[in-house]
Amino acid sequence: MRLSDIRKVYPGVVALAGFELQVRPGEVIGIVGENGAGKSTLMKVLGGVITPDGGTIEVDGVATQSFTVTESIRAGIAFVHQELNLFDNLDVAANVFIGREPRKYGLFNIVDTERQRAAVAPILRRLGANFSPQEPVRNLSLAQQQIVEIAKALSCDARLIILDEPTSSLPLHETEKLLEVIRGLKADGIAVIFISHRLHEIERACDRVVVLRDGKFVGELDRAEVTYQKLVRMMIGRELKVVYTPPSAPRGEVALSARDIRTAAYPQQPVTLDLHRGEILGLAGLVGSGRSELARAIFGIDPVFGGTVAFAGKEFPIKTTGDATARGIFLVPEDRKGAGILLDMSIAQNITLPDLWSYSRGGIVSAAAESKRGERSKADLDIRAPSVKVRTGALSGGNQQKVVLAKWLAMNPQVIIADEPTRGIDVGAKFEIYRLMRGLADAGVAVLMISSDMEEVIGVSDRIAVMHEGRISGMLTRDQFSEENVLMLAVGGEGNKTGVSA
Amino acid sequence: MNRKDLGLLVLILVVGLFVYLRNPLFLSANNLANTANLVGLFGLFSIAQGFVIITGGIELSVGSMIALLGVLFVDMVGRMGIPWPIAAATVLLLGIIMGLAHGLLITKLRMQPFVVTLCGLLIYRGMARGYTADATAGFPFGSTYPGLDFFVARPFGIPTSVFVLLVVAVIAWVVLHRSVFGRYLYAVGKNEEAAKFSGIRTDLVVIAAYVICASLTAIAAIFFAMYTRSVQPSGHANFYELYAIAAAVLGGFSLRGGEGSIIGVVLGTILLQILQNLVNLLGIPSSLNFAVMGTVILVGVLVDQQWGQFRERRRIREAARVAVKLHQS
Repeated sequence: MRLSDIRKVYPGVVALAGFELQVRPGEVIGIVGENGAGKSTLMKVLGGVITPDGGTIEVDGVATQSFTVTESIRAGIAFVHQELNLFDNLDVAANVFIGREPRKYGLFNIVDTERQRAAVAPILRRLGANFSPQEPVRNLSLAQQQIVEIAKALSCDARLIILDEPTSSLPLHETEKLLEVIRGLKADGIAVIFISHRLHEIERACDRVVVLRDGKFVGELDRAEVTYQKLVRMMIGRELKVVYTPPSAPRGEVALSARDIRTAAYPQQPVTLDLHRGEILGLAGLVGSGRSELARAIFGIDPVFGGTVAFAGKEFPIKTTGDATARGIFLVPEDRKGAGILLDMSIAQNITLPDLWSYSRGGIVSAAAESKRGERSKADLDIRAPSVKVRTGALSGGNQQKVVLAKWLAMNPQVIIADEPTRGIDVGAKFEIYRLMRGLADAGVAVLMISSDMEEVIGVSDRIAVMHEGRISGMLTRDQFSEENVLMLAVGGEGNKTGVSA
Repeated sequence: MNRKDLGLLVLILVVGLFVYLRNPLFLSANNLANTANLVGLFGLFSIAQGFVIITGGIELSVGSMIALLGVLFVDMVGRMGIPWPIAAATVLLLGIIMGLAHGLLITKLRMQPFVVTLCGLLIYRGMARGYTADATAGFPFGSTYPGLDFFVARPFGIPTSVFVLLVVAVIAWVVLHRSVFGRYLYAVGKNEEAAKFSGIRTDLVVIAAYVICASLTAIAAIFFAMYTRSVQPSGHANFYELYAIAAAVLGGFSLRGGEGSIIGVVLGTILLQILQNLVNLLGIPSSLNFAVMGTVILVGVLVDQQWGQFRERRRIREAARVAVKLHQS
């Protein structure tokens, strides 16, 4: 199979810009790239889910412009997604044959369970599975479930299996097992594309590694050549357009101090973090490294499994979001539409919601006070809407995010935790939000900015903390800022010669 | 009053006019007072239901609560001779406890409202029947309770229940549409996650909704017990939760939560009672009662929804036309 010059443009973003890839039978290819480098778009093109805007896909020498889902399946391409698509109430065999169950008794259309199980048994043996076809999927571990997905692919005569971050949620010994399965597939002449952030696994499993950056193929390395340094250097090198605005005064005392916080996502990794007044601390890391979970735990959304949080030196309980908001600790959540705002409520109603008592007398909301607040925030943050009575659902992403910020700015914030504050909003609004955050920091607010956008992390932060698999893998000061350093820590590599203080 | 409420009011007037033309007795003082009394009684627990539905929940045990609390009230006053204000306070307290239990099970133990309140429906009905061993609880022959006449009195020819409903409705309107707590109810119903991210103690809001619902239902239970004078625990207030849900849905409440108005649920109750009355006055076999009600609700909600979609499509087309015009000029 050969992909050439594949392009895909979304409004405002070039997801793939002339990507090239060749896959030969029995080859294991690793694909690496930063968040947003175009990996998922590439997968969607291969799966036939989206149509590329240009380029050709060639299978067995036959070229096509685009792929439909059916054509992708017919070409023998199968996916094992990060989020597994299994029915945990059915057994292994039923999952493998889902949608194409063997039938018996003609009209009665009864599922032929016997035949189904008999067909699945040899596939499981081939994969070295230690469970039987009649095992209910809910009893299996994650790695075993991935093997079921691979069995599903094999039962459809897959010739190319694409594994999307298969090891990201696996413990070490299960990862070993999966790598073994990949080696087995290779021996059978089946090609594997292995997307992973864990470079040492890529090093071990893949024949060659393809590096993706800004939707482009930037190069490839053979297994023998693969090193952390080389890969990271290839992944970085994007043009940085965000210009750093330094704080107007040196940072103040510690505002928020998290000690040994354990979240449900990584209970074995306590996180300790100090956030100072007047600074913007960037929290970088790959998607799934536990950053949002940390923020949610501190804000009282998710239960905490250990550790303490102190504000201005005083410990406080984190049971409900009220505990944080009462101290001026606010979270701008990642999921803007689902958690940040109420789409069906007006701009003014959204802004006053967390502090409604201040806009009411005797428990009755004052419409006048509410719309006055709305008008003020609308002017202060330049929220573009015909009136403050407009539903926030009708606003653009950037303006919605301003409403989320306005809500907290109206309440004398002390600490603002912004989780991906500029995701999905246009460039103009992005810069306005950067300006707002800097303005807040200069006013003495402590800002923690979680971001997966390298340009943003490096361009906006005063310090950067990097997380890797649930722990803080390093802390960088401005003189140590470089894409290389951030990425190195994010993929779990050791700090390099410029010196990394932990 | 919003567009939905207005539409419902028009529907009530049209149905009323239709019934009046077919049978002028509809507007007789006696019939109006009787219907108004029922509106008052049903309105109380329908508003109660509204508080729960607005959070996206449901309260299925309303009818059983009315039966159990009714049995207890009659028994306390009639057999035990407890002064009625103390009996009423006890019933109210029991209502609050039931609502609290439902709210806690739903929020703290993460059970589904449907399941919790369905079990309530079965448990309270069973307790009511068990308490009297399926016998009817009633007041002793010839006994009078001057204080209790209040509940069935008709000052100026208008039943007390109507006044009580009026007071409750005004308070509920202020609470739901104007108060901080009301805003929280809507916020939790529309998007609990976002409400939580705004620092709202969503669990407390939901618990409060169930407590309000159960305490209003307890008040309704006393009225019903006094209205029927005796409580036959296996049949008393059967299916009343469904009348309440129907009134709320007719009144523009969405079972998904976050939508609905007090005026709407009161109008919904009025329409349901007029429909009941229609069946009697027009000589339709009373066995068809439920069928008539079901049909009207189905058609009403259907028309409302289709009309809403039609307006939405027209609005989008209009917006598109304006955009094209702007582009051309």
